[in-house]
Formats: sequence, C-alpha cells, structure tokens
Amino acid sequence: MDEARISRHGSGARLWLAGGWLLLALLAAIFAPLVAPQDPLAQDLMFERLPPFWMSGSEPGFWLGTDSLGRDLLSRLVFGARIAFIVAFAAALAACLVGSTLGLIAGYFGGWADRIISRIVDVWMAFPPVLFAILLVAVLGTGLSSVIIAIAVIDWTRFCRVIRAETMGQARMDYVENARIAGYGRIGIMLREVLPNVVPSIVALLSLEMGIAVIVEAILSFVNLSISTDDPTWGGIIAEGRLSIHQAWWVLVFPLVTLILTVLSFSQFGEALKARFDPVLR
Amino acid sequence: MSAVVKPCLDIRSLSAVLPNGQRVLRSVSLSVQPGEVRALVGESGAGKTMIGKAVLGVLPTSVRIVEGDMLLEGEDLGRLQPKARRTLIGARTALIPQDPLTALNPSRRIGPQMTDRLVRILGWSGQRAETRIRQLLDEVQIRDPDRVTKSYPHELSGGMRQRVLIAAAFAAEPRLIVADEPTTALDVTVQKQILRLIAQLQREHGTAILFVTHDLGVVAKISQKVSVLYAGKVVEEAETADLFAAPQHPYTRALMAATPRYTDPFASLKPVDEAVLAGLAAEIAAADQAWRRPHG
Ligand SMILES: Nc1ncnc2c1ncn2[C@@H]1O[C@H](COP(=O)(O)OP(=O)(O)OP(=O)(O)O)[C@@H](O)[C@H]1O
Ligand SMILES: [Mg+2]
Repeated sequence: MDEARISRHGSGARLWLAGGWLLLALLAAIFAPLVAPQDPLAQDLMFERLPPFWMSGSEPGFWLGTDSLGRDLLSRLVFGARIAFIVAFAAALAACLVGSTLGLIAGYFGGWADRIISRIVDVWMAFPPVLFAILLVAVLGTGLSSVIIAIAVIDWTRFCRVIRAETMGQARMDYVENARIAGYGRIGIMLREVLPNVVPSIVALLSLEMGIAVIVEAILSFVNLSISTDDPTWGGIIAEGRLSIHQAWWVLVFPLVTLILTVLSFSQFGEALKARFDPVLR
Repeated sequence: MSAVVKPCLDIRSLSAVLPNGQRVLRSVSLSVQPGEVRALVGESGAGKTMIGKAVLGVLPTSVRIVEGDMLLEGEDLGRLQPKARRTLIGARTALIPQDPLTALNPSRRIGPQMTDRLVRILGWSGQRAETRIRQLLDEVQIRDPDRVTKSYPHELSGGMRQRVLIAAAFAAEPRLIVADEPTTALDVTVQKQILRLIAQLQREHGTAILFVTHDLGVVAKISQKVSVLYAGKVVEEAETADLFAAPQHPYTRALMAATPRYTDPFASLKPVDEAVLAGLAAEIAAADQAWRRPHG
C-alpha cells in the first residue's frame, strides 16, 4: 500500500516530464521537414565539424554543430527520430499483440495451452536477443520492415511472460469464479473480466518495449544492419560520431543523450501511466 | 405416504478425488429443502468449500467427481450437457463468497457488475436491471446507491462490499444460494449485521441457503438443519435444535465442547479429544477400504 502511494505521488511529475519529451520528439519526427533547420543529407565541406552554438567557431543555423561531412547534426537527429518512432510503434505493437494474446491464453486456460506456450517462450528466450536480432536481419535482409519484424519476433516473449503471470493471478480471483457461476463463457470472461485488469500492465510494457525497440534499432544501425538507405538513424549517427570523437565529441554525445532520454522516457512514461490507469492504485 | 416437496438441492453420495487418489469428499449426502437454511459445519480442510463448488460447477480442474449425483430442483446436473448445466446453475443459484474484495472485479464499477448479470442471465433490459439493483441495494440497507454503483470495489469498506454481493446474489431471485463463510473476512461488529441481513433477505425471498461455516454460534442463529463434516465425510446431520440439544456423534460433541459460549465465555474450552479423532480416523479408513473394493 505504501509503495502504491509513493508511486502514485511520483507518477505526476514522471508522467509529464517523460510524456513531454516524447511528445516533443514525436512532433519533431512528424514535422521533420518543417522543424529541421537544414537538409539532413546536404554535405558541405566548408562547414565540416562545426561545434554547437555556444562554442566559438559555430555558425548560425547549425545549432548542434555538424559532422565530418558538414551535415547539420540537429537536422539529422530530427529525421532520425522518424525512423526511431516508426520502429518503436510498429515493433512494440506487433510484439504486444502476439505476446499479450498468447500470455492471456496461457494464463487463463492453463493446462496444455499453458504448457505449450511456456515451452515455446523458454526455448525462445534461450537465444541471446541482440545476436538473435542480427541473425534475423541477416536472414530477412536489411530494411525498415525487417528491423520491425526482427524486434517483434524477439520481444513478444516479454509480453507473454508478464501477461501470463498477471492473468494467472487474476484467474484465481473469486470474481472469475463468480462470473462462471453466473453463466458466462470462458472466452467472454477472459475478455470482459480478466483483460481489463491486465491492461495497465500491457500499457506499461508497451511503452517500455517502445524504448527497447529504439535501442535495438540503434544497435542494428550501429552495426550497419538497419535501414540500408542514406536516411539518418540515431544508431548510424552514433557510429559515425564514434569515429570522430576526438575532433568532434558532439557528433557522438548529442545522439547518445537523445537516445538515452527517449528510452528512459518511454519506460518512465509506461510506469507512470500504469499507476494512473490502475483503479486499485489510483 | 404424502407427496414430499422436491428438494431444492439434493446431493447423493458424492465422492471426489484429487489426482493423487486422495478423497476430498466421501459419499456426501445432503439435501436442502426449498426456503430452508442448511448449515454445513466442520473444521478447516473438511471439504465444505468443495461441496459448494461442486454444486455451483466450479470445482478446481484437479478435483474429479468419481461417484454420486447432484440434483438441482430435481434436475440431475450430471445428466445435462455442459452448456445447459451452466445455464441452469446460472439462473437458479448464486454465491455469497468468503472474501468480498476478490469476488468483485477490481477494474469495473459496482453498478455494471451487478446489472450485467441480470441482463445476461435473465435477459432483462438494462433499465429493468437497474431498477432491480436499486431495490436490492435498498434491501441491504445501502443508503447512497448512486455513490455505491459508481464506485470501484476498493473504494468501499469490506462490509459494504459484502452488502453489494448479497444484493447481487438475491437480485436474480435464485432458488439456492451457497454462502461460503460470508462473514469470516469481516470484523466482529459487521459480522453480526451481515448475518442478520442474510437471514432477513432469506426469509423475505424464501431462498434456500447452503450456509458454510465453522462457527457453531452462527449455525444456531441462522439454520434449521445442520450437516457436520469431517475429512470430507458427513458424520452427523440433524435439525439444528436437536443437534444442540443432543449431539449424537462424538465429533459433534467434541466440536461443541471446543466452541466458546456467549453465556459463559470464560468456561474452559476443550480441544477436540484425541480419542475422538482416533475413532474418526478408524471410521474413515474403514469407509475408504469399503469404497475402494467396488471402485478398484
Ligand atoms: N484447488 C485445490 N486442489 C486440490 N486440493 C484442494 C484444492 N483446494 C482445496 N483442496 C483440498 O481439499 C480439501 C478440502 O478443502 P476445502 O477448501 O473444501 O476445505 P474447507 O472445509 O472449505 O476449509 P476452510 O474452513 O479452511 O475453508 C482440503 O484437504 C484441501 O487441502
Ligand atoms: Mg472453505
């Protein structure tokens, strides 16, 4: 109960801070062509490795400086947010849909359905996730959709495990038994009575998973296995920044900070939403 | 012989086993006449809840019925198709549970949880169900039905939740209510109110109740008949008055000796006698032996 009260109190600030950053990043991504001060692909050797605006030698219009090819860093980050968010939403939704459905079925019906699903999850989780992702992308070929598929294929198990456990807890409750006595069918009870009680957890996981998808996409871009076009990605920018860390630290630091803030915001936003959503904690 | 009233619930030599072969119910026979309160007493683990669950068709999947019949208003539940059985049980029975918190869905408001059932089981219109719920909430002495129906379960006190559940149980006018220790989770002052409320609604609605409890004081107050259960076996059954006047079975006598009396709460309590328990163990072993022979 105490823990609940603390999380309820802390949830306000967390919700607004994390939500604010995510909204900002999302709007930047959606309106990237309007927001970005420069063309993210335009190279200009006159302007290579410009420092951020507060340092001497900076140029107006290049707020966060430029990389070793003279491309505007802020513009590249803004356009990189597009891919980050597309991957986050698509991959997390797909993983959530598959994982939560199976978790709900395993947890509610138990028996052989649970045994089969849990078995598959165990086997699945025996693979190290990053290697699994690289392997999958290698097989599927690079590109936006294969990155999304790879993340969903790997991470549905996270939803499945958590939702299964939560559903099991709910299925033991007397209200489920009461609904059965009242003549409700099993599937009806699962969807009408049990599902609403696991929705807060699904929402929290979904948000967390979006953050994870952003990281995985960044890792794949970093090892050059993500989107094979020239479109800037956060992972790609980080990879380039690493090469010029001594001449232009900002090319590495700004995308890293952006990435960390975004991932952190997704996980905090999810937790805060859950605390908000949950009628018992509310 | 004059025509006897068809019992509301008739359980005939019901036996149930766990996967390891252990019997949890041993040829239990028990009947509840229409409008009658039958108490089911026994110590923890005796199988009281199991009997209730068997009647309501919600036994855990690990528990298997191996013998016996259950008749609900003359209809043999074992002979019905699962769907027909569910419909029958849903329409004719209700449960007043032990823990009023987990018996309500935490994420749904009280009102819809209550009306839903009526709409769904009896096919009533939402309007009619709502009126009915109002009426029942009034009967269980809830003075602010608007607030209560709009609340989530955790926003109500334990006593209020139990009132809501009692209202919900009586709303569909079931013929039989299984009340499984409906006051155990409540504090003592509320216990009395709730007990009185159940007794009152039972009288007014003429509903038969299978009242599970381990409290002989409650038995004396609420029931007309009693079955005493020990290790899944009915060791004695009688009219409540007769049982208290002259308990026949040694276990019943021991149980009474172990129950505090309101008239003399400081009289020393005797734990159930070793010899009685040894006798019971022998009795049950013999019964199991006899049971195993025909059942392999
Ligand atoms: N889900 C289950 N699976 C297997 N065995 C069970 C299960 N629930 C209870 N039992 C066993 O069945 C027996 C009867 O349990 P039951 O819950 O009916 O007792 P009870 O008389 O209601 O006791 P209490 O007064 O504690 O509620 C006990 O031995 C118990 O261990
Ligand atoms: Mg019990």
